[in-house]
Amino acid sequence: MPTVGVKRDLLFKALGRSYTDEEFDELCFEFGLELDEITSEKEIISREQGDTKASGASDVILYKIDVPANRYDLLCLEGLVRGLQVFKNKLEAPQYKRVSPLSGEPQKLIITKETEAVRPHAVAAVLRNITFTQERYDSFIELQEKLHQNICRKRSLVAIGTHDLDTISGPFTYTAKPPGDISFKPLNQTKEYTATQLMSLYKTDSHLRHYLHIIEDKPVYPVIYDSNGVVLSMPPIINGDHSKISLKTKNVFIECTATDQTKAKTVLDMMVTMFSEYCAQPFTVEEAEVVYPDGKTCIYPELAYRKEKLSSKFINQKVGINESTEKIAQLLTRMCLLSQATGVGDEIEVEIPPTRSDVIHACDIMEDAAIAYGFNNITRTTPRTYTVANQFPLNKLTELLRQDLAAAGFTEALNFALCSQEDIADKLGKKISEMRAVHISNPKTAEFQVARTTLLPGLLKTIAANRKMPLPLKLFEISDVVLKDETKGRHSTYFPGRCADIFVRGKNVGRLGVLHPDVINRFELTMPCSALEMDIEPFL
Amino acid sequence: MADTGVLETLLQRVEKVDDGVDSLDVATSLGVDHQVIVGAVKSLQALGDVISAELRSSKHWELTEEGTEIAEQGSHESRVFSCIPLEGLAQSELMKLPFGKIGFSKAMSNKWIRVDKAHEGGPRIFRTVESIEDQVREKLFLVQKGNSTQLEEKEKNELKKRKLLSEVTVKSYWITKGNSFSTTITKQETELTPEMIASGNWKEKKFKPYNFEAMGVAPDCGHLHPLMKVRTQFRQIFLEMGFTEMPTNNFIESSFWNFDSLFQPQQHPARDQHDTFFLSDPAHAHQFPQDYLERVKKVHSEGGYGSQGYKYDWKIEEAQKNILRTHTTAVSARMLYKLAQQKFTPVKYFSIDRVFRNETLDATHLAEFHQIEGVVADYGLTLGDLMGVLHQFFTKLGITKLRFKPAYNPYTEPSMEVFSYHEGLKKWVEVGNSGVFRPEMLLPMGLPEGVSVIAWGLSLERPTMIKYGINNIRELVGHKVNLQMVYDSPICRNPPTHF
Repeated sequence: MPTVGVKRDLLFKALGRSYTDEEFDELCFEFGLELDEITSEKEIISREQGDTKASGASDVILYKIDVPANRYDLLCLEGLVRGLQVFKNKLEAPQYKRVSPLSGEPQKLIITKETEAVRPHAVAAVLRNITFTQERYDSFIELQEKLHQNICRKRSLVAIGTHDLDTISGPFTYTAKPPGDISFKPLNQTKEYTATQLMSLYKTDSHLRHYLHIIEDKPVYPVIYDSNGVVLSMPPIINGDHSKISLKTKNVFIECTATDQTKAKTVLDMMVTMFSEYCAQPFTVEEAEVVYPDGKTCIYPELAYRKEKLSSKFINQKVGINESTEKIAQLLTRMCLLSQATGVGDEIEVEIPPTRSDVIHACDIMEDAAIAYGFNNITRTTPRTYTVANQFPLNKLTELLRQDLAAAGFTEALNFALCSQEDIADKLGKKISEMRAVHISNPKTAEFQVARTTLLPGLLKTIAANRKMPLPLKLFEISDVVLKDETKGRHSTYFPGRCADIFVRGKNVGRLGVLHPDVINRFELTMPCSALEMDIEPFL
Repeated sequence: MADTGVLETLLQRVEKVDDGVDSLDVATSLGVDHQVIVGAVKSLQALGDVISAELRSSKHWELTEEGTEIAEQGSHESRVFSCIPLEGLAQSELMKLPFGKIGFSKAMSNKWIRVDKAHEGGPRIFRTVESIEDQVREKLFLVQKGNSTQLEEKEKNELKKRKLLSEVTVKSYWITKGNSFSTTITKQETELTPEMIASGNWKEKKFKPYNFEAMGVAPDCGHLHPLMKVRTQFRQIFLEMGFTEMPTNNFIESSFWNFDSLFQPQQHPARDQHDTFFLSDPAHAHQFPQDYLERVKKVHSEGGYGSQGYKYDWKIEEAQKNILRTHTTAVSARMLYKLAQQKFTPVKYFSIDRVFRNETLDATHLAEFHQIEGVVADYGLTLGDLMGVLHQFFTKLGITKLRFKPAYNPYTEPSMEVFSYHEGLKKWVEVGNSGVFRPEMLLPMGLPEGVSVIAWGLSLERPTMIKYGINNIRELVGHKVNLQMVYDSPICRNPPTHF
């Protein structure tokens, strides 16, 4: 779940009132947010780097708020405030509008076919006559970072570039070139680097090194030029220094390059809906034209409003409430879903704004009605579903056996289903290649290399970890093992001549015996140890 | 009951003296362990006022293990001295000896030896005196023979500091005659026997009172693991509520059933290498219900069933990847799909089993844990019904104060986090997750349009840790747990009663 940090006083100012921490926590809870932490920059630095580093840092109170992973419209102060104000009936949700430039042609972004090999999609838009303050600017940068980390999947699906439009001139070209052929001065550097040099420069950059793998082994790297050959960005790694935005920037050119077209459009919509608030004409966004390799053109941002029709009966029945059509329309409107009764029966028309990309089905609308109604105001009812309970036979048998094993003086151990190859093979005197074990491709440590094929190593490790306990130790475990297919166990785990197969009605179901001294040693034990292993599934 | 012989001997000793006897002296003169006399004293006390015994304590000095060794073999410094030949000994050689380090520094401060640091071949030790007197050893001899009074307090404390001596407190009884003193004792019975019952002579017998101070003997028995005890209770609750147990005996699952069938998009972070264990062998699953797979693909990539879909390029290769299941909901998906293939009847399902996450481990997170899950499928179920079922479920656990917070989950809508009011912490704590399965999950399976499926889940470890007061999950699960914890864990009763 993404966490958004906002300055408390700034938040309260924007909300038009102040709250106690408890009141704000309550509001968050109701709306589906979580006030995760109340802190300050100073406190954070002091916790992470020590008190000395923290001296001089700001002690302005910060609220860390957990936002649901699909609500990209709540990832910045602007969006949070808008959502909460509409929810509290203090504000009507703004109508976002795409407009043509007052004079001349729209900005153009031309995509060449070379990008197909690496990052084929791009969209763009312009925020015209925007006024930044330090806080707005910080929030603008922070939102890009939040989007990058979440919907953009660490820039692999989408990468955002924002530029001071007055420093560059269109039309812009989005192309892809061999890294050696790309050369520019990247953001916050003093000289030009080729893309190849940049990749090695950023190898040690604590932030950027995480994105290098996205294009590193591609033959060509994506790059955006202006009409004079100035590099705007080399997505998804870094922007050019030339077009960087500042507090003084008035006109912002936003481009999003992507491997997922749908997500690119959503991300662009989020950027412009959140910050068009600060444009001379609030909530208007200047369009840009994207030209595809096949010559087709598209106008962005989409800022699409979708209309859905549903009945109040549907919502009442799904939620378990009984509200009038008008009331339900009001509830939805409080969730930024402008709704009204159409007058045809109990029909409601709902307008889904471009900020609510999470609403993809009527059930999403129904949930919003329930949230606005208040989950905790819904009457709790008992369904009349009549059913007869059954135990899963394997578990039923397991429960019975566990009771009796404990009654027979054995203590139940509970071991991990994952273990090392050594545990199930070498230590038991067997070869891993003969084990037909299930192997894990991405274990973080050797303890998670394979799924256990037998319960024995876990029990022996439990004994090894409990050597200080009085003897005898009598342990048991009944649990699942994982086998790729039926395997015949070899008996190298046991002491020769002190081991036997167990047959029940002619079927081999397990084995018992005294463990081989080598096995005992490999588990760092010193005492003789006998074991019985049995498959209980044949007894079902 | 102590041996009657010892009891009578002790009584005779007490009879012979005017004032009384010390239990230690009695033990020494009888040549028996002191504990035997202590036992006899206790037995006699239990008989009534035969004797009176006053607890006394006295201190005396004893040699420690190291002290005993020195008394036998000489002090470390004297042993260092005696192992140095006339031509000296390399310091490195000396340090290899078990007494080398301590002995060297003591012998140096006694000025018995010297070091020639500049010696060819490294520092070398030489004797500086011809002979020495091992006073430490002699002092220890004195203590060993019981003549510690001949040493000064200062000397004893010095030896104590060197951990060669220790001061021991000995408890003994000063035994005198009681008001009903007698040298003969009426034997008290300890047990009611079958013979007594048959003959009826129990009526004349005197029975020894129980000693309730005794620790008692723990019976030799086996123990169930606390996590499994709690699991049994949860199973019981579900069964009482009419829920049928799902077959969860498959740790390995395909991404298709674990994610795709649940309408969890293929770029979802949970499907990342950092969150999920993927298999290298067998890496892929190949058998899926083909028409269902096509419907799943379509709802992800294009939408349908009233949904916009996620509008991305859905890949079969991603769905084929085998993993260790990340939730038991994969089994719920299989069960609901199976249900959809028959004429619909309402169901209530539950499972409690292991799931796996490739997460960073800490005090509350392991790579595997148990998930508890409940599912109800029927026509017309509401969000209010889900809350009602959750209320009933948690009431059985003794949790009655619940509230619900809107949340997000890719396969449920609405989604609710369940909070309960913790009386101890005086705050609301999250106890589970719940929701109504999305139509994009249910309709491609073939379930009828009007059917709603409500579900909830929680971990088994968390309530168990709270119940048994365990803070670190590694003390509860895995081979490193202390078996004493398993031996000592009490029964698990729901709802908890405060007797």
